[in-house]
Amino acid sequence: MRLELRGITKRFPGVLANDRVDLTAESGEILALLGENGAGKTTLMNILYGLYHADEGEILLGGKPVRFESPGDAIAAGIGMVHQHFMLIPVFTVTENVILGVEETGALGLLDRQEARRRVEDISQRYGLAVDPDAMVEDLPVGVQQRVEIVKALYREAEVLILDEPTAVLTPQEIEELFRVMRSLKETGKSIIFITHKLKEVLAIADRITVVRRGKVVGSALPREANEDKLAAMMVGREVELQVKKEESSPGEPVLQVEDLTVLDDRGHVAVDGVSLEVRAGEVVGLAGVQGNGQTELVESITGLRPPLTGRVRVAGQDLTGARPRRVFLAGVAHIPEDRIEDGLVGDFSVADNLVLNTYYLPPFAKGLRRDDVAIRTSAEDRVRQYDIRTPSIQTAVRTLSGGNQQKVIVARELSRPVELLMAAQPTRGLDVGSISYIHEQIVKARDEGDAVLLVSTELDEILSLSDRIAVMYRGKVVAVIEAASATPEDLGLLMAGSAPAASKGLSDRGRKDRRRDPGKAPGSEQG
Amino acid sequence: MSDQERAPSPVDTDDRAAVQEEVVPTGGAIVAPTGESRWRALLVPALAILTALIIGGLIIVFSDPDVLEQWTFFFSDPLTALRASWEAVFHAYQALLTGSLGSPAAMWTAVSTGEGLVSAFRPLSETVVAATPLILTGLSVAIGFRAGLFNIGAEGQLIVGAIFAGFVGFTLTGLPTVVHLPLAILAGFLGGAVWGFVPGFLRARTGAHEVIITIMLNQVALRLLDYLLRNPAFQRPGRTDPISKPVETTAQLPHLLGSSLRIHAGIILALVMAWVVWWLLFRTTRGFEFRAVGANPDAARYAGISVPATYIVVMTLAGGLAGLAGASQLLGGVTLYSLTPGFAGGLGFDAIALALVGRAHPGGIVAAAFMFGILRAGATKMQAVTSTPVDIIVVIQALVIVFIAAPALVRAIYRIRARRQVGAEVFTKGWGA
Repeated sequence: MRLELRGITKRFPGVLANDRVDLTAESGEILALLGENGAGKTTLMNILYGLYHADEGEILLGGKPVRFESPGDAIAAGIGMVHQHFMLIPVFTVTENVILGVEETGALGLLDRQEARRRVEDISQRYGLAVDPDAMVEDLPVGVQQRVEIVKALYREAEVLILDEPTAVLTPQEIEELFRVMRSLKETGKSIIFITHKLKEVLAIADRITVVRRGKVVGSALPREANEDKLAAMMVGREVELQVKKEESSPGEPVLQVEDLTVLDDRGHVAVDGVSLEVRAGEVVGLAGVQGNGQTELVESITGLRPPLTGRVRVAGQDLTGARPRRVFLAGVAHIPEDRIEDGLVGDFSVADNLVLNTYYLPPFAKGLRRDDVAIRTSAEDRVRQYDIRTPSIQTAVRTLSGGNQQKVIVARELSRPVELLMAAQPTRGLDVGSISYIHEQIVKARDEGDAVLLVSTELDEILSLSDRIAVMYRGKVVAVIEAASATPEDLGLLMAGSAPAASKGLSDRGRKDRRRDPGKAPGSEQG
Repeated sequence: MSDQERAPSPVDTDDRAAVQEEVVPTGGAIVAPTGESRWRALLVPALAILTALIIGGLIIVFSDPDVLEQWTFFFSDPLTALRASWEAVFHAYQALLTGSLGSPAAMWTAVSTGEGLVSAFRPLSETVVAATPLILTGLSVAIGFRAGLFNIGAEGQLIVGAIFAGFVGFTLTGLPTVVHLPLAILAGFLGGAVWGFVPGFLRARTGAHEVIITIMLNQVALRLLDYLLRNPAFQRPGRTDPISKPVETTAQLPHLLGSSLRIHAGIILALVMAWVVWWLLFRTTRGFEFRAVGANPDAARYAGISVPATYIVVMTLAGGLAGLAGASQLLGGVTLYSLTPGFAGGLGFDAIALALVGRAHPGGIVAAAFMFGILRAGATKMQAVTSTPVDIIVVIQALVIVFIAAPALVRAIYRIRARRQVGAEVFTKGWGA
């Protein structure tokens, strides 16, 4: 069904979230809505889905003006939304989740499960959405859960499907699978609005691209006429360097040595299972893997936030197994934490205070018990300038800064002191293109200055463009360590999905030399 | 959406027109601003007090039989009813103020003629006497808030502090004042500190919630006092009722304005401690640790701050401050220098409200303590003059707290646009937080 938005304007106190946005999605078309975080994409879709009301403008569906008071109205009109965070009940089956809220009842108000199950099967066959209607949702991989969400929308007879950042949680293979589903939906005449900030995906799947920036539509493009640089420039509003410039690495002595480390997660399950890993001075080791395969726990146990069960951690020869965060920090470990708001910053504190969050007790910032506010301020002014942190003042609460500037505060704090090892966990997650390239530069710069860098990321592009060697983690184990130069996204994707043997075979078939022999071991231990 | 959820305010600061996708409200959390909007910070408490006084006024009207009788003629003579109501409220609040601050005319006459000084300044003295322990217990609760701890135990800590101070005060004899008085004050601090250390330690080591532990320790402290007041080491010789020996004169806090006014040196102690707590919180590395732990324990841990150690230190300090309140009450002669079963009188509980009203800032606490002191000291006169029950004060205090705890309500009443939550600091999030 044809969907048209005309002159949608939405104001929040002090902010113009959407400014006269015009948007059209023809039936049988995939429209990519491209924009950075905070560009107003989500607000726009929430208006379309009846969660917000536009201050001005109108929505036309199939040529007729409609007005949605609630998501219920939007669903009834044929709009379906797959949120980035799935709205599923883990302990229900697929069918139960799909029919939740629109249960079909037979005589005496009893649930007609058979009929529902049949319809779910029907939908999954018609659109090539392979799901088992009787499977428990909690047992399904993330990619399949997403399919359940799509089935849910289709079950409610959605004609316009909104996918909000659907690829963020998927492996490359799962992304391919999703694209296949999107194409088959398109063929049956559905309109799909695909919200993303990933340029490659847009070019791969979209029929038309609409770019929003600061609440406004800044342009449209057709994939065959556009390229990544052009789209990035449109999205950010200026030219951006997408390619990371870096020289060949010249690794030195091992700095981080992890031996046979086993770590439990919060629930007491083994999250890191006998991992050995080595990072040498002057190299970036990328730790790839789908979220939740033990990377978080591995980083936490190296940085002293989570005591390991067994194994050893050494940094520059010092044994730091089970050491407290402060000792790890004093040994020269810089840590850009995965969750910058939760762990890396005190949101209510000023930029200046956050810049001394782990050095506040050392000279020159402290004189005995007393804080030296002058020294703290002077140093903060320097950092803000040096790292180009955009803040109204150093006394501004860090909470009010944009994600990119918050991350710059962390990077400034962690890198402006002598460092041996940089642990960068998801350093660019949720950041805008400009900030991403800045953070990447800083990571490469740290490497070139001789720091060992362990980069943890779920973004394959990031891993591939920054790493000198790549370790892949799957279910708590490092299943492969490969030279970045010879790695391809496809190989890594397979390894991330746990199909290690097939991957090794496939890779060797293609005649690559550099193959590991022992899946559990890092090349460092091979060399030794 | 996940990025918005992690970062509630992705506002591009170099471009204010940049879009904030969603302004996430912080629910019922108590929010204090940082820096620029100090005035707005005072606006809500001020309006909360005003609203409480208005509602208190209505209650005064409805609890006065004479005024109510006027209202039965409302339709024939509405002005009389309204006038009677207004006068009842006006006189009640006027009595409240003259009872707590004194009448300016009387004070002027007294100062210029040198006569009647005592009676002219007694109201003010009483207000200060009432505010003194509240400052100290308020600081006790506030320092906990700053570190993310909910100290409900100031009452018990105050009692144990007073027991320690009392024991030193009446057991040791023959010491000069310069030794005995500081010793007794220190004992008070120690007693409270012990009572604060226990919940701090349990929280740090076992995760036992300090709210539960402190509430329970309040009961223990209360019964401990009861028991000790029947024990020969404490009970006054020759008495059968539970009352302690009086504190030696060498351990008494001096009166500031002669013996006929009750104002004593405890207020100096309280104000000094308010300054010390401010300095500790905002000027030292320790205070930085406290605030970091309170604002974001995960980030504090990441930064190498020991969260459990901070919990122990903060609870011990909080206990000590409440203990000082106990010492000040006892050694300042507010209870005639002796311990009785009702010694604490809810000061530790009022402190919770006070810390909220004062926004966990030492300056705010001193101001709020004086406000509470005014209500306390003026209530008696108000009852004497207008037959408005003293209990109305308790109601007004309670209403102030309700409105402070529900800032959204105050904003709705006065149609103040909600401050964007960015740039605001949350210092208490309720028990589960």
